[in-house]
Formats: sequence, C-alpha cells, structure tokens
Amino acid sequence: MLPDHLKEQSAAVAVDAFDADAIQGGKSEHGELTLEIAPAKIASVCGFLKYDQKFVRVSTVTAVDRYPAEPRFEIVYHLHSIERNERLRLKCRLAGADAAIDSVTGVWRGANWYEREVFDLFGVRFLKHPDLRRILMPDDWEGHPLRKDYPIMGPRA
Amino acid sequence: MSEPSLPELVIAEEEQSPTGGRRMVLNMGPQHPSTHGVLRLLLELDGETIVSCQPDIGFLHTGIEKEFEVKNYQQAVTLTDRVDYLAPLSMNLGYCLAVEKLLQLEIPPQAQWMRVMLTELTRLNSHLVWLGTHALDIGAMTVFLYCFREREEILKIFEQFSGQRMMTSYFRIGGLALEPPRGWHERIKTFLDIFPSRIDEYENLLTNNRIWIGRTKGIGVISLEDMLDLGVTGPMLRAAGLKMDTRKDAPYSSYEKFDFDVPTRTENDVYARYLVRLEEMRQSVRIVRQAMDGMPPGPWKADAPHVVLPDREKMKTQMEALIYHFKIVTEGFRVPEGEVYQVIESPRGELGFYVVSDGTTNPYRVHMRTPSFGNLQAVPKMVEGILIADVIASIGSMDFVLGDTDR
Repeated sequence: MLPDHLKEQSAAVAVDAFDADAIQGGKSEHGELTLEIAPAKIASVCGFLKYDQKFVRVSTVTAVDRYPAEPRFEIVYHLHSIERNERLRLKCRLAGADAAIDSVTGVWRGANWYEREVFDLFGVRFLKHPDLRRILMPDDWEGHPLRKDYPIMGPRA
Repeated sequence: MSEPSLPELVIAEEEQSPTGGRRMVLNMGPQHPSTHGVLRLLLELDGETIVSCQPDIGFLHTGIEKEFEVKNYQQAVTLTDRVDYLAPLSMNLGYCLAVEKLLQLEIPPQAQWMRVMLTELTRLNSHLVWLGTHALDIGAMTVFLYCFREREEILKIFEQFSGQRMMTSYFRIGGLALEPPRGWHERIKTFLDIFPSRIDEYENLLTNNRIWIGRTKGIGVISLEDMLDLGVTGPMLRAAGLKMDTRKDAPYSSYEKFDFDVPTRTENDVYARYLVRLEEMRQSVRIVRQAMDGMPPGPWKADAPHVVLPDREKMKTQMEALIYHFKIVTEGFRVPEGEVYQVIESPRGELGFYVVSDGTTNPYRVHMRTPSFGNLQAVPKMVEGILIADVIASIGSMDFVLGDTDR
C-alpha cells in the first residue's frame, strides 16, 4: 500500500501501480525520493523502472550495516533517468543471518561490480549474479571489512 | 583482486583454440606503465587480437570508506583528497556539499564561486595529466612535458590558496579552509592569459598529427547503449553524443550562474574523447575567467558558529567563540539524522557521495560512487576484438585513476 505522503511522487505511484505489494515505505527528504522495496521484488521492480520509467542507469549499488539492529542490512540502489533528469533511491532491508538478495545484473550489467563490492565488503550474497567474487579485498581474506562488527584495529574477531 | 588460476609470474599460458590458432593469456599489469597505477588486465589473445579481457582491481584499496566512520565530519575532508588524487578539490566539493545538504547550511556566494573556480582549475589539472600521459603512452613525449609545465602553474596556485600542492583539503564543511590569499587574482589572471595559447600548442602537436590520428581514430569504439548499461559517465559519454553533465543537469555550488557549453562529439572513438577533453579545457578557462572577474564580495565561510571554526581573533577575545572552537575541535559537530546522495561532475564523470548520518559527530556510512570504478567496468566490452597495441590507446582514453577505483 502506498503511503499518503508519496502519492505525489510519480515514480512511486508508477511502481505501486505495477506491483501493489512492492513498496513497503519511503520518504522524500532533501529533495531525494527513497522507496523501500520488498527484497523479493527488487529485480522485477528494477526491470519495470528501467524499461517503463526510463531509469536507464544504475548509478551505484551499496549497503549500510545497521548492526546490532535487525533487519541488519540495507541494500541501497541509486537510479538515474537521463530523460526525466531525475534520481531515485531504492532500499531493501535484509536480515543479518545469511543475507541474500536477487541480483539486478540482469537489468543493468553495470550493477555487476557494485554488487561484487557489496558482497566483498558486507558479505551479502547476490543470487543469480554471474560472477560473485571478491573485488577489492584479496581472495583469501577473511571477514567483511565494512560490517560494523569488524574491528577497526587489532586482531580480527 | 582475483585469479584465473595462473601460475605466479608466468607470463603466458597457452592452449589450443577451437579456431586452430594458438591462444595465449597475457598478464598486463599491475605494474605496466600505461595502466597509470596498479590495474591488472588479463588478456586472452588469439595472435594479436584480444579474445577476452578481465580487469583485476583492488591493489590500491585502502579502506577509506571504513575510515570515514571513525573520523568526525570535518576531519574526513582530508580522506577525500586521497581518493582521486588528480582531482582532490572535486572530491572535497562533493563531500562538503553532501554534508552541507544534511546540515541545511547556506554557503555564502564568495565561497561558492571560489569553489567553482578552483574546481575548474582542478579539471584543467586533471585533464592536463590525462593528456600528457595518454600522449606519452601512444608515443608523443613532447606533449607530456608541455602539459606538466602548465600543470605546475596550477599546482602553484593551489599551494598559494591552501599551502598544499596536491592534497589541498581547501574546501571545508561550511565554506573554505582559509581566507583566499592576497594576490590570487593576479596569479590566476597571469595563468589564464597564457593558457589558451598553450592549448593551441597541444593541438598543433596532436590534432592533425598523422601518427596521432592513426593511433586514435576509429579506435576504442563502444556503443552508447553499452556505456549507459555498464555505468560509464563523463567525457566518454559526451564523445558518443550524449550531453550529460551534472553541472548543467543538476547545478550545484551556483554553476547555474556561469555561461559555458558542454562539448560533445559523435564519433565515439579515442580521437573524439581527446577532442572533447580539449574543448572542456577551453570551457573551464571560460568558467574560471567568469568566476575571477565576477567574484562576489562577502564572507568566505558560512555563518554557522556550531559548525564553522571562528576567526582566530574572535576566538582569542570572545568567550562564546572560544567555547565553540573548543567544542568543534575536540568533539566535532552533530549532523541531523538522514541520508543524501550528492552528485557532481568530476573531471572523469559522475562522482556521487552517499552520506548517512545517525545524528552523531561521525558519519555512519559514506559511500563514494567514483567515476573510474564505473568506467573501468566497460574495459572488456571496449577492447574485445581489437589489437593488443590499441588496448593502450583505448584504456588511456578512459582517464581512470586507480585510487579513485579502489578507494
């Protein structure tokens, strides 16, 4: 169900019309629109936004670790529509235990490295990703440095 | 940083290709001089033709995004310099704008114009290094020496402003780090008077040079659709005819008050990218001149005592200023809870700062969407099917910085 304060945002209305269960919340702050999407729907919503709503670019995919709160991970997608000159932020919340979400590489090939980066630094797996390997850290590295429970200095927990 | 399982330091692994030709895997980098830093490309060759390419990055990963989380907001400015070390002021600007958006700070006009002026000088600086090294890779050594001669002048200007040649950290949250130095006007004017003729000089050396044209025209073509899909931004897109420039599309720091063009070409090859960047240099000169001539008077930092350090004189004479000074230096300042994504146009393309605040004095999370990372992703698409000699020209035309890629 689309919250009332998003009813004037055309992108939010369009996503809601596409799939009424997709939007779980959202906000518009500092002139930036954020939509919270049900994690299971992310690939289909992104496909809709790209092909129907002209968000031809994914600017970046990243994550925020809310440890120790649950659901722990926020996967954040920044989309960009050149034609509409508009940006949109999508957010999916994932529980910490064995966090995994569908990859959007099928929609934008450019999401490939960004998802690998999130996998590398946060340990979130992307399902159906063509090449899910570490990208910045060495292959044999243990742990995921951008997690909040990863120590800044001293031995790794 | 990853595999295909190659024996350590073995240059080539050969196997019989289905076409009958012998295939070879060539390890280019991470210490190859034309990769400008530490990029490793695994090239699979059939004769001299690239069959497939796999970039391997991460050699320069220093965990800067993690480090943001233990610095307070003002301290973290110094981290941004070190990401894209050829355009430190662009990095400063992106970060400061993002935090200022969270703080809802109003930045006085002089600071905004100063920021525009110095960011454009940074663009010149970055493009000069690009042009020099790109030409050097292809075999034109003179251009390199000429470019670094002019770059030296720009670095001296930065030194005059900030005391630092490269890691300037001159933009701070709330304005500038220091008052603009006496005599900056003359210095920049001297530079601007001479610089356009220097661009002509580079053009004389390259634009109609038969070797240059032979090495760059029709090389490194990649379709616009592929580039958009793969996350390429900046001059690469503009050389393919797409007029995408954040300075025009979503102006920041009063770019809307400046009169400049966004150059585009349609040939979409290495030569077109060269022409686009040269024209961008001319446009940057226009912007710097407008900023210099029309520099608005007034304060150079925001009137926000809880964020901006007080003047030295006030700090020594006024109790209140002393308390603020003490608070900001020891503890930092609190930033309201929220998140912003600030995008600016760096010399390399779209630079995004995603800053999340939880209401404390340190950023909760900072993610940098750096243009080099996005651009590099298109390397395989660009080089597959071309000759190995053209790989150098192709990746040179992308203008990536590995610090910017690996963060």
